[in-house]
Amino acid sequence: MAAVRVEAVLAAAEEQEAEKWRSITVEKELELEYDLGNLLAVDRNPPPAAALRGAGPRREALLQALARDNTQLLVSRLWELPAERAGGAGGPLVAQLPEPTFRLPREKPPPKPRPPTRWEQFARLKGIRRKKKTSLVWDEQAKEWRRRWGYRRAGGDPSRAWLAEVPAGADPEEDQFARLRREKRERVARNELNRLRNLARAHRAGSAVPAAPLHPTGHQDRDELRRVANVARVSTASLGRFQPRLPKEPAEPPSRSGGKKRRFEPLLGNLAAERSRQLELLRDMGKKKPVLDITRAVNKQLRQEEAEAAAANKGKKQSKRGKRGRRQQRPGRSGKKSAARRQPQQQKAAGGGTGG
Amino acid sequence: LIYCYRKPKTKRAKRFLEKREPKLNENTKNAMLIKGGNANLTVTEVLKDIYAVKKPFAVLYKRKNVTRPFEDQTSLEFFSKKSDCSLFLFGSHSKKRPNNLIIGRMFDYHVLDMIELGVEKFVSLKDIKNSKCPEGTKPMLIFAGDMFDVSEEYRRLKSLLIDFFRGPTVPSIRLAGLEYVLHFTAVDGKIYMRSYKVLLKKSGCKIPRIELEEMGPSLDLVLRRTHLASDDLYKLSLKQPKGLKPKKKKNISHDVFGTTYGRLHMQKQDLSKLQTRKMKGLKKRPAEKSAEDGGATPKKSKSA
Repeated sequence: MAAVRVEAVLAAAEEQEAEKWRSITVEKELELEYDLGNLLAVDRNPPPAAALRGAGPRREALLQALARDNTQLLVSRLWELPAERAGGAGGPLVAQLPEPTFRLPREKPPPKPRPPTRWEQFARLKGIRRKKKTSLVWDEQAKEWRRRWGYRRAGGDPSRAWLAEVPAGADPEEDQFARLRREKRERVARNELNRLRNLARAHRAGSAVPAAPLHPTGHQDRDELRRVANVARVSTASLGRFQPRLPKEPAEPPSRSGGKKRRFEPLLGNLAAERSRQLELLRDMGKKKPVLDITRAVNKQLRQEEAEAAAANKGKKQSKRGKRGRRQQRPGRSGKKSAARRQPQQQKAAGGGTGG
Repeated sequence: LIYCYRKPKTKRAKRFLEKREPKLNENTKNAMLIKGGNANLTVTEVLKDIYAVKKPFAVLYKRKNVTRPFEDQTSLEFFSKKSDCSLFLFGSHSKKRPNNLIIGRMFDYHVLDMIELGVEKFVSLKDIKNSKCPEGTKPMLIFAGDMFDVSEEYRRLKSLLIDFFRGPTVPSIRLAGLEYVLHFTAVDGKIYMRSYKVLLKKSGCKIPRIELEEMGPSLDLVLRRTHLASDDLYKLSLKQPKGLKPKKKKNISHDVFGTTYGRLHMQKQDLSKLQTRKMKGLKKRPAEKSAEDGGATPKKSKSA
């Protein structure tokens, strides 16, 4: 008797357990797909189309039942996330959401890194780093810490400066205050111009610039004008062969590729030219004085090494060379020119020699 | 801000511009709700209800704007640029397209996707006399129906609806605050959008039992025209920058058993100046000290 009662009690308890779990379980053919970061659930089961066709409260009830089932599943998943009590023991239960997985398009394209300004390039080359400046400076006259610039700055109000010394070599009649004001205006204008130039350079680098307009626009820089002038020269019927030239320009028109393609002489062409070239080569090889300007080459190499070192040690070490390391032998400026001048002379002499 | 032709002269202007520039982690998308030239009562009510749902990430324009989004998108793009909104909902009405809603999104202030939906039945927030949930609640989104995967248009519509109603991305949520759910069912060429308020009832175990109460706007929608972005533009808009990938933490390693190891890099220490534990028993007593000294010197004298 007791055994039967115990069994009955156990069966009743099991049924109660099942009842509890039944209230939150939902039967679905296909599992839902969840994206908990977005609080999103996608149900791929085809809904009962026939039942939903008839308009009216039945449809609403069906939709509500479907929604209830799906929401139950989603909430069960959310409740399974690791949760903690925010703000102490009595606070609300807060769950940690994972990252959203559903890929949605961005609002704006990702930010592009801007190209470095002219100063930034120079600083990187030389290895100059930013010095962190203190925000307050000690003012001796006022005997207190004042701002570096701005309201009540350390050096006193510059608009109230009552003394402007006449520098050594200046005109005694000149108005010094006017000069200071003019120089400040010029400095501000130059600063603004450089900022706009950097901006234009960054903008040009960012977007692929279309071909420069061939008519003068008024604000073109040197490189653009040179390019446009070259194009204009070649745009004649004879492709620029009979255009008048400036006094020092070379006789033949510069090639369109800018000297990038290699040109080879024909094999059995001008024998005299070939002979003279070979003799000249031998002469240069036998010379004691080097053809290459060593100083210039060394300096070039040094500068290249410096740039590489600065780029490699970015942020780690400051390059110790500074200005002094670079103050080596300054190149003889006429090095290349003198070499160039020597060669045509020799060529002429050789040609004369073989001809005569 | 970096590409600004005119630098901002005040901090407030600078903050304004910084909010609008492209970033790694973007802001929550704002939506603009616009009335067309011939918007009727139904469509206006729809816009007002959606505004109530999407507050504060939405802007409702009061005046009517005579434009046709499918023909000319410049006016929409202008509005988007001025109000920094990348989602829009345009409502209009005509004999050919009654109760028309155009839902769309922008990429870089240019129209990316636009889908035209017709409202067949609309029940507004005011018509259902129930308690509502607080403004700005993050809704749960549920999409039912296999139609949402079958056709490309429905897939884009799903993506657009998620984008529209998603709200801000949060790292954690209060579990008791899951009050609002938007349920979209795609059946028979129609899309039923229903909003319910969630009631969490006690069940025997930890996970509560859900009961739903119909609350907010409910719409019966029909898909009309679409203007979807080309595949490559869509792919470009999906592209995420590399900076968003989680950074690997250095000097931390795990072994097979799940133990976490960390490495500390120390500078060279002067071992003679180390502060170790003081053992009182080993301390030199004054008597011993003098004995040592005394003992040491005779040795030296002997050798010398």
